Amino acid sequence: MSPAADRPLLEIERLEVEFDTRRGVVRGLRGVDLSIGRGETLAIVGESGSGKSVTAQAVMGLIDVPGRIVGGDVRWKGHSLLSRSRARQARDIRGKEIALVFQDPMTSLNPLIRVGQQISEVLRRHLGMTRADADLRVLDLLEAVGIPAPPRRAKQYPHELSGGMRQRVMIAMAIACEPELLIADEPTTALDVTIQAQVLELIAGLQETLGLSVLLITHDLGVVAGLCDRVAVMYAGQIVETGSAEDVFERPAHPYTQGLIRSTPRLDDHMERLVSIDGAPPSLLAPPPGCAFYERCPIAEARCATLPPLIPIPNRTAGSVACWRATTNAWDSASVPPGELRAV
Amino acid sequence: MSAPMTLPPDETAAATGPILSVQNISVSYDGGRSGFWAHASPVKALDGISFDIFPGETLGLVGESGSGKSTTGRAILRRIGVTSGRILFKGRDITTVTGEELRQLRRHMQIVFQDPYASLNPRMSVLDTVAEPLIVHGLVASAEEAREEISELLRIVGLPRDAQDRFPHAFSGGQRQRIGIARALALKPDFIVADEPVSALDVSVRAQVVNLLQDLQRDLGLTLLFIAHDLSVVRHISHRVAILYSGRLVEIAEREALYDTPIHPYTEALLSAVPVPDPKIQKGRKRLVYRGEIVDAGHWPSGCHLHGRCPHATEKCSIEPPPLVEKRPGHWAACWHR
Repeated sequence: MSPAADRPLLEIERLEVEFDTRRGVVRGLRGVDLSIGRGETLAIVGESGSGKSVTAQAVMGLIDVPGRIVGGDVRWKGHSLLSRSRARQARDIRGKEIALVFQDPMTSLNPLIRVGQQISEVLRRHLGMTRADADLRVLDLLEAVGIPAPPRRAKQYPHELSGGMRQRVMIAMAIACEPELLIADEPTTALDVTIQAQVLELIAGLQETLGLSVLLITHDLGVVAGLCDRVAVMYAGQIVETGSAEDVFERPAHPYTQGLIRSTPRLDDHMERLVSIDGAPPSLLAPPPGCAFYERCPIAEARCATLPPLIPIPNRTAGSVACWRATTNAWDSASVPPGELRAV
Repeated sequence: MSAPMTLPPDETAAATGPILSVQNISVSYDGGRSGFWAHASPVKALDGISFDIFPGETLGLVGESGSGKSTTGRAILRRIGVTSGRILFKGRDITTVTGEELRQLRRHMQIVFQDPYASLNPRMSVLDTVAEPLIVHGLVASAEEAREEISELLRIVGLPRDAQDRFPHAFSGGQRQRIGIARALALKPDFIVADEPVSALDVSVRAQVVNLLQDLQRDLGLTLLFIAHDLSVVRHISHRVAILYSGRLVEIAEREALYDTPIHPYTEALLSAVPVPDPKIQKGRKRLVYRGEIVDAGHWPSGCHLHGRCPHATEKCSIEPPPLVEKRPGHWAACWHR
């Protein structure tokens, strides 16, 4: 085996992204480290503004004015996707070897072009197929993503398809060039729960049959649990915890992860009261110099005013956390109901 | 429950009977036209829905897009008219009340909207926003007059004292939803419709608002119709749960009964599709796969609306719609085969 074979497909190193806004510079990503191996499924979990989608956009080269990458690197099979001298190669890799599925299939499909033609365009541009070959391949792809009656569907316009069907078309387009990495940015957020389940099963199935690596970006812990091997939790533009899905769900080390899991109601649980993480994430116009969770953390102490590094969690094979008091149970004392309310 | 209950509108009956009784209501919207000269044909959004809500309870109303759950909430609040059926509030028929009577009714029924960004006027301070219902109903002459009262309301929903003179943009999504809740509480209503009140919020903030609604419901004795598509949140907050499918109520029961021993095949499928945030459990769960997708309103099939997708369907299901009947004590479902 050559050394290139054991290195991760995608490596993100100390990545920093900023956005210019009228109110100042927003520090969207503040030093993100991540890697994805071949055939691996990694989820980035976080809330709005945590930087999870910006990470995906940086990989896909979609950070555009007013945003810019100000530090760090993104490497694909060891080669930088950001260096100017390799910009052409990077463009070829994106879309072909790395494909992206967006949240909202209605706004990412062209409403004026038949869906079959949109897929065949990808095949002709990236793989140089002839129109006839591409049109045939489109039917295979539509079938592969579980769309019934492909010849009829290929001739339809996006508005004639339901939300679930449109997302399947997006996935067909993404896998058209047989990518090695599929980035799915909130792929099921706009869908109903039964349709969501179908789309997730489709992604899991493709992952297995095509040996895809999947980078799933989501705020929904339930979606992560069924699909992913590894989880990275983001907060305020940084990664605060990584680990195997089992470790992160069963033994969350960071107080934010612990709170997130216990503030999510479960279908199979009978919790009387959810953990409520008071407050809101800090503004990234002027992020705090220390731990970004300091203000909301029930176990914060003086040293938390200094930024904790992301370091391996002791006694675990994989997994890291950025917290001075990692693995301390943060929410037990805080989960007492306030009971302070009185009638108006 | 679906049996029409005719209550005399006196105090004692209102105390023991349902606060709200929805009796066989249907709602139609104007649909699209098939050609330029054609008349718009009405599209049915609700098809004969009946349920009761009792004082001090939270009823969760669940359904997927297009099931008619928001339409139900809007019909109850008289924001849209019904084509047939009756709505009784505290024993009184409110289906057709208008004018001053409707205005008085609205003091007792309020709504919390889904989107805390779109439902607050960006040019109105929090004081003006929360005081507006009081002014509209002539309880105070100006917002200033209500300052004391509103300060208390803001305390109850967990907003800082100095919030009154600030504007919506200064607040996060969760805080905005608290403002919306304070506004709904201002008239001291008995009944609140919360239409997807936490769907637009981030996970960690969602719990804050869910806890707040739970506390308010308990401490103020509110009756709550909680409309949502998220079955996990609904389980957490509701006493009873009703499931809608394509404009019809397919099942209604006590929370535990509905989640632990569902009767209707659609409820079973829906529950099996909800992911559980626990990899060990979720990776081993089996999902019931129903072919096809939800049919748009306007193209509903005859008989049971689910029959084209249901693995248990027989010829009868495609002809005759099943009535909602009490299959077990307090547990109602609409299915020929269960």
